[in-house]
Amino acid sequence: MTASDEGLKAAGAGRRETPEEHRSSLLRRSRKWLPGLLLVSPSIAAIGLFVYGLLFWNTRVALSGKHDEVSEYGFDKGRNFVDLWSQPSWPGAVKHALLFTAVFVVGALALGAFLAFLMDKGIRAEAGFRVVYLFPMAVSFIASGVVWRWLMNPAPPQRAVGFNQLFDKLHLGFLSNSWWQHPDWGMAAMALPAIWQMSGYVMALYLAGFRSVPEELREAARVDGASEWKVYRYVVFPQLRPVTLSALIILGHISLKVFDLIMAIAGKQIITYVPAIATYVEIFDRHDPANGATIATYMLVAVAVLVIPYLVWSVRSERTR
Amino acid sequence: MRVRAFRRRWTVFAAVAMTGALALSGCGGDDGGGSNDDKSEVEVFSWWTGPGEADGLKAMQADFEKKNPGTKFVNAAIAGGSGTQAKAVLASRLQNRKPPDSFQGHAGAELLDYIKAGQIEPLDDFYQENNLKSVYPQQLLDQITYQGHIYSVPVNIHRSNVLWYNPGILEDAGIDGPPKSIPEFITALKAVKSKTKKVPLSLGAQWTADHLLENVLLGSLGTDGYNALWKPGADWSTPAVTKALNDFGEIMKYTTLEAASTDWQGAAKAVVDGKAAFNIMGDWAYGYFIGDAPNGLGKKLDTDFKFAPAPGTEGTYMWLSDSFTLPKGAPHRAGATAWLKEVSSKEGQDLFNPKKGSIPARKDADKSLYTGYLQTAFEEWNNPQTKLAGSFWHGVNANNKWHTDIDTAIGLFLQNRDVAKLQQGLVTAAKNSGQ
Repeated sequence: MTASDEGLKAAGAGRRETPEEHRSSLLRRSRKWLPGLLLVSPSIAAIGLFVYGLLFWNTRVALSGKHDEVSEYGFDKGRNFVDLWSQPSWPGAVKHALLFTAVFVVGALALGAFLAFLMDKGIRAEAGFRVVYLFPMAVSFIASGVVWRWLMNPAPPQRAVGFNQLFDKLHLGFLSNSWWQHPDWGMAAMALPAIWQMSGYVMALYLAGFRSVPEELREAARVDGASEWKVYRYVVFPQLRPVTLSALIILGHISLKVFDLIMAIAGKQIITYVPAIATYVEIFDRHDPANGATIATYMLVAVAVLVIPYLVWSVRSERTR
Repeated sequence: MRVRAFRRRWTVFAAVAMTGALALSGCGGDDGGGSNDDKSEVEVFSWWTGPGEADGLKAMQADFEKKNPGTKFVNAAIAGGSGTQAKAVLASRLQNRKPPDSFQGHAGAELLDYIKAGQIEPLDDFYQENNLKSVYPQQLLDQITYQGHIYSVPVNIHRSNVLWYNPGILEDAGIDGPPKSIPEFITALKAVKSKTKKVPLSLGAQWTADHLLENVLLGSLGTDGYNALWKPGADWSTPAVTKALNDFGEIMKYTTLEAASTDWQGAAKAVVDGKAAFNIMGDWAYGYFIGDAPNGLGKKLDTDFKFAPAPGTEGTYMWLSDSFTLPKGAPHRAGATAWLKEVSSKEGQDLFNPKKGSIPARKDADKSLYTGYLQTAFEEWNNPQTKLAGSFWHGVNANNKWHTDIDTAIGLFLQNRDVAKLQQGLVTAAKNSGQ
């Protein structure tokens, strides 16, 4: 409803309503919105309590000095947010999360786009391949992690298992490496299972995007003499920016919160420490609720930085449509 | 038109019903606590779900039910990760003031958070009534007393400072017997590395390095030096600690490359499978070695593996103990006391321990029930000459904060291998522990 509609309505309502009429019109009008409100109110209440209520509570704990179970929730001016950076395990956790996110997001996007491209070019038994590539997403990280823990074992040739054994048998011993136990690049290896798992999903997103580009546009480009590569580069991909963006957001927030994959492969070891593991360790092992909540708040902020601009952007582009 | 009206009414009905259901679910749920002398039930919370330990618990439960016919035994054991999952569940139950009637915990400083939060009761009267102070070793009682009070009832004793070794590999490396001191140990590791292709010292995930650290500290500093580290205001920056940590750094050079990929089982298995010469692990490894498949490896003592005290720790028993507590506000307090009586009794401990693969904490248990390694353990535990040291990693000396901070320092050391930074980390951890 726009401002001019409001004006027209106000001009038409010259006569005063009698009280009975007023009541019945209220009732009539309430019939319009009341059932809807009642229908959604349980979920509004649930979201309010379990999402926003708990967000509030978490922030409150993060801003308090409750570093053990006994102390009170006194306000301590956000000192935890600063002090956290002098915790010996924290800078590493941040570094790990960033490296993991970079490799995982880029890897899954690239692999997903490539698979979708192959599908789009019409390979035989496409439906079958689609299922094969999508399937890993149906497995939970905690289950596939057990297998990847074994695959990515860095043992030397005489005790090798998993990939290293495979490389050794194929006389590709130079490919053997220490995987996620590499002191600097371990988290890049940790991203491999995640890429494997999520690239099928990205493929599905891209494939839907490819299919939504009208064949006429491609034909037109081909008639103008564009090579197949150029058709994708200049005609198809520019139209897929929304798909890429949503894939980026989805992958990004998964990777910033990653917990189960790392728990299954490495457990709570410093070498693969990430913020979500740190939250768990602070609260349940160290019995320090304030620190745990502080880390959780940092994770929320990191995801919000990613998601809020996206929401703003998508609302805006819907308005202009 | 009529159909539409009906539909609308139906939507309203559904909405109201949903709201009502939500409101109701918000209200219910408080089942209230029982009275203090309620003996109708006892809910026992533990993480004894694995082979051996679950059987031991069951045996104790049967004896308990026989002695307390009116009390229903509720086994609230939670599986997984040497108690990690169970402790997380327990923490939330205690926070919600819905404690079990009795819960398992490592005796010693691991219980400090519960004590300080006022979540468990002192058991001095219980010890008095049941005359328990005379049946447990005095050193054990001293080490679990906090500000003059005892808060838990130990049911078993495990030993942390055990060196497991493969006699065949030692022979190949020309080593005649288990090393008796840290320098001898380092020489032996060198010999294994240069003369065989085996792993000198097998190691598992990060926590097994913590376990190794406590053994090297004990071996290098001696029992009194080690015990002094856990006193309030203890100094971790001394040259003696530096030397011990240098030894630790040296020993770490001979450990498994892929350590982080396996837990203690994998590391211990490497010794009996002839892939590694030495492993330092608690005596729960023994049950794993000799047990039948699928849970054990079915190996033989003396042919497949042998054991000795960890280097430099002979004559000292680095102990850890599972114990039970009395939570404040336990719904069936009398049931809980009856359970504590069971776990502190000679019969209870003699039923539980042979199955679990540990020895009774009591001094007067039946010696004939403990064979093989357990016989040696039993004799050493009950030898008045034996000195006791608490295992920090397994909850005796350090509270949860300290424990986790040492683990972090070790985790960082595994990456940077910088002994000076490790010592700095340990000094800070001791200072920040608030213990």
